[in-house]
Amino acid sequence: MTQLVTAAPTAPEEQPEQAKPPRGQFGVVNFFSQGFLLLWAAMVVLPLLWAVMSSFKTDSEILSSPWSLPATPRFDNFARAWSTGHIGTFFLNTVIVLAGGVTITMVVGSMAAYVLARYSFPGNRIIYYAFVAGLTLPIFLALVPLFKIVGNLGNIPVIGPYLGLNSYAGLILVYVAFSLPFTVFFLHSFFRTLPTEIAEAGLLDGASHTTLFAKVMLPMARPGLISIGIFNVIGQWNQYLLPLVLLQPQSSFDTDHSVLAEGLLNLAVAQGYKSDWSGLFAGMTIAMLPMLVVYVIFQRQVQAGLTAGTLK
Amino acid sequence: MKSRQLPFIAGFLVVPLVLYVIYVVSPFVQTLFYSFTDWGGLTNTQNFIGVGNYVRLFQDDIFLSAVLHNAFLLVLMPVVTILLALFLAFMLNVGGRGDSAGIRGVRGSSVYKVVLFFPQVLSVAIIVVLFQSVFRTDGRGLLNAVLIAVGLVDPNRPVQWFNSPDLVLWCLLAVMVWSGVGFYMVLFSAAMQSIPKEIYEAALLDGATRGPTFFRITLPLLWENISVAWVYLGFIALDGFALVTGLTPDSGGGGPDHASELISNVLYRTAFTQGKFGLACAMGVALTVFSLLLAIVQLRITRRDRIEF
Repeated sequence: MTQLVTAAPTAPEEQPEQAKPPRGQFGVVNFFSQGFLLLWAAMVVLPLLWAVMSSFKTDSEILSSPWSLPATPRFDNFARAWSTGHIGTFFLNTVIVLAGGVTITMVVGSMAAYVLARYSFPGNRIIYYAFVAGLTLPIFLALVPLFKIVGNLGNIPVIGPYLGLNSYAGLILVYVAFSLPFTVFFLHSFFRTLPTEIAEAGLLDGASHTTLFAKVMLPMARPGLISIGIFNVIGQWNQYLLPLVLLQPQSSFDTDHSVLAEGLLNLAVAQGYKSDWSGLFAGMTIAMLPMLVVYVIFQRQVQAGLTAGTLK
Repeated sequence: MKSRQLPFIAGFLVVPLVLYVIYVVSPFVQTLFYSFTDWGGLTNTQNFIGVGNYVRLFQDDIFLSAVLHNAFLLVLMPVVTILLALFLAFMLNVGGRGDSAGIRGVRGSSVYKVVLFFPQVLSVAIIVVLFQSVFRTDGRGLLNAVLIAVGLVDPNRPVQWFNSPDLVLWCLLAVMVWSGVGFYMVLFSAAMQSIPKEIYEAALLDGATRGPTFFRITLPLLWENISVAWVYLGFIALDGFALVTGLTPDSGGGGPDHASELISNVLYRTAFTQGKFGLACAMGVALTVFSLLLAIVQLRITRRDRIEF
């Protein structure tokens, strides 16, 4: 199913010029649709461009003449946002949590999905449906006890501080657990479609089940792994609620592990008092541009992956 | 062979299952339990108070208004987003020139697909900061300035957007639609492209114009995708936490004067500001019942016979 969609053409193929349609018949429609698309594209792009432009301005320029170009580009806004505004730290925190979260989700999720999809054993259906049920339940339902569970894990001797509130690993494991339903659901259907003959041949040749999984099945499932990987990157990058609840510093000595989303929003609230608008816009530009650049580079894979995951 | 299988299966399942049970299953089950207690959060003692929390929910005006606001978004947001996304996707794939070589999208459709998808990769915090500036309430906000320049708004009385109790929900709706349309446009585009070209060509030969083509061919063949999109959008409309927290006035959002409270925000405040964890858990259960009802109702409404092609 997935290959089918992935292979769908993304660009309209050019065909040799044929008899032109009678003018006027579709001209109006064409003009109208182009106009509407242009309008919507402008509504998406202009605020973003405007934010980037504002990040080069002084505070007074932003407040008094929000529309004009900056008199002189102020690169110090970026330096200030990076160090004083702690955007640099938030960025690093986000990357750490994202790297750990997505990696573990992929490894653990593909293992579970593989076993559930290709082996029959008692309890298989129950475990599978338990994972799928997690898709429909809102995180908000789990929020309060989750806060308490992670807090309690922090009280375990020795490993506690690495698992409790305001710890990277604690948040990473929560991300993994909440990414599992969709990952297992998605990869389950993927592993099911892989041919059985190859697996049997591998086993006859003396490969162990683990080798078979790592050397044969994972490479064959690569398109699916890429799709779900992209899904998880976007999903975990955009997390706001879980870090807000689980990364609260536990004392005034606790280091701030905030991720970008929280850090930026705190900055947005704090700028009401300090009125460092230019720093806020610079921080926002730093947070926004890498993701946009990565997206533009990989847009084909992202769009193919996202649509493969949700169609059919 | 069988004897080698069981340890292997157990080994592959143990880590995901342990994580899932600790962080997902157990909190969900606990929430149900706590919703029947008066747990205050700070203490570890809970008294069982039956359905007391649920009774209090129905007497809580702020919670009830939050339910209404969620219902507002739940009805309008998916409909508007899907209609716009369908329209744009149709433009991109079928809206362009139609000639004897068939129907295709407008010029530059691949560029539009990339650009219109941008909001999807923006973190919600960035969307918040962006729209704080778009909806600035003085005459220099992005939107106010445009409206003043066009002459629709009196420069001395700029629109109060999020500060206006009548407008705040509509502004939230606009932000949600803005950030959602691109994704569903791409989704519907992909679905439209998997419809065989011959069907369109046959319709063209039969003299069908754009309107009938859309309603007789495209829409029925896309029905399944639309119903999935509707359920996804419903979940998004039920959340809205970050947008309300960041964009609407009053501490923690929900203002002005509770005009934009959503269930998620009331829940968060009840738990983490007021420390009424038991009551907050009851709200969580209520929210879940809404989600499940939503999924069931929408899947029932949109259920049709599946069309293979």
